[in-house]
Formats: sequence, structure tokens, C-alpha cells
Amino acid sequence: MIYFDNAATSWPKPSQVKEAMVRFMDEIGANPGRSGHLLSIQAARTIYETRETLSTLFQVRDPSRIIFTPNATESINLALKGLLKPGNHVITSSMEHNSVMRPLRDLEKKGIELSIIPCSGRGILDPREVEKKIRSNTRMVVLNHASNVTGTLLPIREVGLKARKHNLLFLVDAAQTAGAYHIDVERDGIDLLAFTGHKSLYGPQGTGGLVIGERVDEKEMSPLKQGGTGSRSEFEEQPDFLPDRFESGTPNCVGIAGLLAGIQFVLDKGIEQIRKHEISSIQKLIDGLREFPQVRLYGPENGLEQIATLSFNIAHLSPSDVAFRLERKFGILCRSGLHCAPAAHRTIGIFPGGTVRFSLSFFNSEEEIDQALQAVSYLARE
Amino acid sequence: MNTSQGVILFPSIHFALQAEKLIKGKGFFIDLIPVPRQLSSDCGICMLIEWEQKEILYALLEGGGVRIEGVHPLPRKED
Repeated sequence: MIYFDNAATSWPKPSQVKEAMVRFMDEIGANPGRSGHLLSIQAARTIYETRETLSTLFQVRDPSRIIFTPNATESINLALKGLLKPGNHVITSSMEHNSVMRPLRDLEKKGIELSIIPCSGRGILDPREVEKKIRSNTRMVVLNHASNVTGTLLPIREVGLKARKHNLLFLVDAAQTAGAYHIDVERDGIDLLAFTGHKSLYGPQGTGGLVIGERVDEKEMSPLKQGGTGSRSEFEEQPDFLPDRFESGTPNCVGIAGLLAGIQFVLDKGIEQIRKHEISSIQKLIDGLREFPQVRLYGPENGLEQIATLSFNIAHLSPSDVAFRLERKFGILCRSGLHCAPAAHRTIGIFPGGTVRFSLSFFNSEEEIDQALQAVSYLARE
Repeated sequence: MNTSQGVILFPSIHFALQAEKLIKGKGFFIDLIPVPRQLSSDCGICMLIEWEQKEILYALLEGGGVRIEGVHPLPRKED
């Protein structure tokens, strides 16, 4: 079986991820920070170490500014709904996932103004377009770092610098890039970084987080939920300090233990090495698919301008037919359809038809890419 | 005779663990214990210290950006 659906969730995971989770269940297992006993403190240490390791990964000075959430979607919701108020204006791109679009469309009904920058047919954003959209009431710019449909990388550093120049908050959805691409919140001008743990950080599902930069006043940011934090138990008001303000309820500690092992795997391999591997894999796939006249590729068609994800169609077959045949005939697992990003599909001109998506990880081999190319060739000539 | 001891309180366990790592890294002997009832009804933990080291530990923590809630002596236990 060949797994090419890593943009949905990476699989397989490094073996140490599962081992760390089993070790947590066997040897620690307690509720972090809720009690003063040995195992509770050990559980809290697992979370603390993960926060610190993430701060190394994203160059965050103060680890308490990293909040754990179940996924990037909740992180994005927290950033948008916690900070935006009626009358605020937000700028985003036409390549966003529904994790950004749906909360923004909901906020639009509540009095937030929205501008969507159209990207090119390959999903490329011109950073100069951002400045053209700025109004007197603009509060935030929201961008995905890379499209989950075409893999196109967006120019976040250029936009981050522009956002900073105009004193706007900059929220980046790094669901597709955290772990596979170097992200430095300071250098890239990011105020809010939403990441997931289960894709290129190789952690389990149900892990993710939000980096809240120092330009954001956490006291002015509303939590999505309130509740027990293990701190200030004598008060019925939510704590106003980080990370507790945004971390109510027992966290997914076993998941976070696995996430820590995943991040350590990434740091041990080195992001440069991972990125290099992904560039050569996706380029091999692009070059191979381009050989088939019946195949139409979407996106930059250049490994340097995209992550290890691409979309394509075969002229005479629907995306779902292609995906079904790839699975049943060749054991290749991929995704077909709209990939939760209708705006991105309108941008590249394939709404509502959709595409077939191949998304690779560090664990995919050249042989697997060769086999997939043979399979596509067979279907294209059918 | 008991050595005089005290505790450092933190807003949350995140800062207690940050403090533990910082101070143990400097070679001091400290321990994390449940917050004594007479100091707070909080359910968290605090850092048990030698009272005579409170100034140097406080300075270390402040320098390391750790948020501190308070420093309190513990009543001496009778033998």
C-alpha cells in the first residue's frame, strides 16, 4: 500500500511517537498540574518540555505564549474570535482552507468586514495586493502558509513585514508547513501562528496549538472556553495569564507526549533535510506527471515554490474515479474532491469538480513515486 | 534542629517547572511540593527552598523571566 494523503494526516509516524505515548500511559498517566503528586508533576513536565521544544522550533522567546489546542482549526478560531470585534476589517487570500473561511464568514455576519485577495490560477499571491486592501479599520491579515490543494507556498515573510509596517496583526495557518518548512515567528513577522501536530510534526491526531506573539495583549483576547486550569482554584474568574487563560480542561497529555517525540524526530532529522527530501520527491512527481498529455497539473509545478503536495486531473476521468481506481487497482491512497477549500478551487478554476491530490511525507520513497507514476500512466491511457 | 525553609509560589505549574529547570541547572537543591494550605487554597505546586537562599533564587528567577507569585517562610517544625 502507498500512502499519499499526508496533507490530511501524516502516516506512518516515527516509531518513537507511539512509544512515547505508550510510555506516558504506562508510567505517568496522571492529570498535569491538577495535583501536587509525583505523577501529576511528571505529566506537567511532559507538557512543559513540549512547549519548550516548540519554542525552539518556531523561535518563540517565551514558551508560555504557546497554547495547546486539539488542532489548527481551533487555534484559528481562537485567534479570530478572540481578537476581532465588530467594525474590524480583515484581509485574507482566495487560497484559504475552510478552517479560515468558515469562521471569517461567520464573523462577517456579526459585523466584521472581509477582503479576499484573489490569487493567480496557480495559487500564487502577490504580496503587493495586501497593501492595496488596507483600510483605516483593518486589524488583521490572515494567510495560509501553503495551500492544502495545490501546495503553493504563500509569501508570508513579505506579508508579515507589510503587516508590521502598518501595525496589523498577522495570523498564519501553518497546518501544511509546521515541521516541513522553516518558520521563525520573529523573522517572518508572525503575531499568531496556528499549527497542527498530526501532519509534518508527525504527532498524533488531536494535537496542535497557537503561538500568541508579544504584540498581542492576551488580556484583550477572549478565550473560546473557560474552566479548570489547575491554577487560581479559589477564584471563579478565568486566569488572565498565559498559558492558562486559553487552556481550560484536562489537556490531551498522551497526545502531547507523542507530539513531543514527533517534534524531536523533526529536529533530529533537521528541517533543512526534510525540506530537501520533500522538494526532490515532489519535483520527481511533477516531472513524471507532466509527461502524460492527458494529465492536467494545478499549482506552481515547481518543487521550490510548493510543499510536497499537488493536485491533478486526468482528462476523461472524474477525481473520485481516479482515486477509487488508484486504491482498488494499485493500492495508492490519496484524496479526491474539494479538500475543504472551495475558494482555492474557484481560484484555480476547478470548482465544483475538484482534483486528485497526492501529498507526500518524509517517509515516501522514490520507488513509491515511480509506482504511482506508472499507475497514473495506466489510467491516463485507459 | 531543622533548617529554616520557605516556598516560592507561582501563578501556574508552567512557571514552577520553568523555575525548577532554571534553578536545578544552576546546581541548587530544591523540591516541588503541594502549596501549603496556610498560604493558599490553590491546588497547585510550589517550590521548597532553603530560606537563606531566597534572595539569590529570586534574582535568578527574575532574570530568567519566570513569573513569581510570592516568597514565604515556612513555620519551623518542633523536634
